[in-house]
Amino acid sequence: MDWTALSLSLHLAGWTVVILLPVSVLMGRFLAFRQFRGKALVEALVMLPLVLPPTVLGFYLLVSFGRESLLGQAWAGVFGQPLVFSFPGLVVASLLFNLPFAVQPAQRGFQAIPAEVREAAATCGMSPWRSLWTVELPLAWPGVVTAMVLTFAHTLGEFGVVLMVGGSIPGETRTIAIAIYDRVQAFDTDAAAVMSAVLVAISLVTIAVTFALSARLGRRLG
Amino acid sequence: MALEVMARAAAPIPLEVAFRVEPGELLALVGHSGSGKTTLLRTIAGLWRPEVARVSVDGVPWLDTAARVNLPPHRRRVGYVFQNYALFPHMTALQNVMAAMAARDTAEATRILDLVNLQGLSGRRPSQLSGGQQQRVALARALARRPQALLLDEPFSAVDRATRERLYAEIIALRAHLRMPVVLVTHDVNEAQLLADRMVVIDKGRVLRAGTTAEVMADPRALGAMGIRELAAMLPATIAAHLPDGLSQLEAPTGPLFLPRVEGPPGTRLRVRIMAHDVILSRSRPEGLSAQNILAGHVARVVSGAGPGAIVHVDVGGHEILARITRRALEQLDLQPGQEVHAILKSLSVARDHVAGAHPDHMARGL
Repeated sequence: MDWTALSLSLHLAGWTVVILLPVSVLMGRFLAFRQFRGKALVEALVMLPLVLPPTVLGFYLLVSFGRESLLGQAWAGVFGQPLVFSFPGLVVASLLFNLPFAVQPAQRGFQAIPAEVREAAATCGMSPWRSLWTVELPLAWPGVVTAMVLTFAHTLGEFGVVLMVGGSIPGETRTIAIAIYDRVQAFDTDAAAVMSAVLVAISLVTIAVTFALSARLGRRLG
Repeated sequence: MALEVMARAAAPIPLEVAFRVEPGELLALVGHSGSGKTTLLRTIAGLWRPEVARVSVDGVPWLDTAARVNLPPHRRRVGYVFQNYALFPHMTALQNVMAAMAARDTAEATRILDLVNLQGLSGRRPSQLSGGQQQRVALARALARRPQALLLDEPFSAVDRATRERLYAEIIALRAHLRMPVVLVTHDVNEAQLLADRMVVIDKGRVLRAGTTAEVMADPRALGAMGIRELAAMLPATIAAHLPDGLSQLEAPTGPLFLPRVEGPPGTRLRVRIMAHDVILSRSRPEGLSAQNILAGHVARVVSGAGPGAIVHVDVGGHEILARITRRALEQLDLQPGQEVHAILKSLSVARDHVAGAHPDHMARGL
């Protein structure tokens, strides 16, 4: 059992959720309520990581993070270390490939709020910001929570992009999914089996707890 | 604190309307669905902006497309009652009311809930309230903001008839407390006539007729858009007695009226809507007739329409009753202004929801 890899995976998933939470709320709300030219294109871009092979996404990220790229140079200039094959690089990649999971459920959560209820909030004198906190988020939060759970679980399980961008550096970029692959390559089936079981358990518990929570909330709101 | 509205637009529906509502006045915007009346209400609240428009309260512009003034909805102090109430489903009745307050004041919110007869229900969520109760919460929430204009969008369309009758009475009673202009959007002419001081009839985005409720309701052309069958007169009356046979005896300036049981103790002031097509005219006082209400008066004027019908205005004790009869009958009876005539009304032809409590202002004016 590679505890370092598990801890790394949990850290990566945690950071991804923390950073994507505001993105999920603001972007989900924006796409749910606003009509604008090119909206279909924006929605398609958000969904793109869902259909692209992880290797394709990983390839582009590798190119744009590299020493020759503007982003890579800027990052190395500021932090003194390269973005590729590093934990921060993994986080940035994770943010991108989780975008569809973070935005889509939140968008649907906001879309489920009747337009009249939002208009009522405005005619009650609530600024858009106050309406978000007192009316929209309390109604849309099951969507937002679903988004975060999917993001968390998906980060734990992501393999292709992590391998492309991060490689398999112990303690830096070797996540549990990579560790399992390494163990299988080394014919260490027992270790792979234990880690796989742990991953299944964590994912199952996370999703089950979320479903239970939102069912309870659903009953409360009737 | 008068509300002035002017709006012109080409889409989504052609619109060219202007009106003014005085403080404390209830103006009904009447028209079919798609006539543009709800769009006007949304324009006042800031939920919609027509191409050319001006909305001002007490001379202060909320929207003036010429001067590029356009306050967002939350900066316009309106109370808006939506057709389906649009209550916040995750909040209790009390929280819904408090959500509209600038300074959260539980005592004041409770007082407003009491005002709309929701005592004891403040802890319930919208899903635990009946349609009529939800409507009252929506009204309380609209009032909680201390609005400079109260906007009611078909507020009674989603409740059953019995509830609607009770709500009419409550709105009329509540008006004694309201000092702001009130705009009621409705497609129900009965509702408008019972509740409104003035009416604006809107057809295909244009004002077909504007005036006091009595003026508009006596104008067959104005009612052309709503259906001539809606033509009706309004009589003030007082409950005199409830009779053992199930009828109520009302005292009206036209003489006693016998109607199916009307709610309220004797002495209650009412307005009774008498449909023009329910009134029969007779030159002599008829005898051996089943109808219980025979009102003697004289012909004030006769208005012939384009169709086979004509409207006879009958002056009964200083109040006008309208009778819609055929032109053929008009010729047979040879009715001329000034002539003595008897208006006959079946008791059972007055529907329960055509009777409402008297508005305090109307009492003062004798109507």
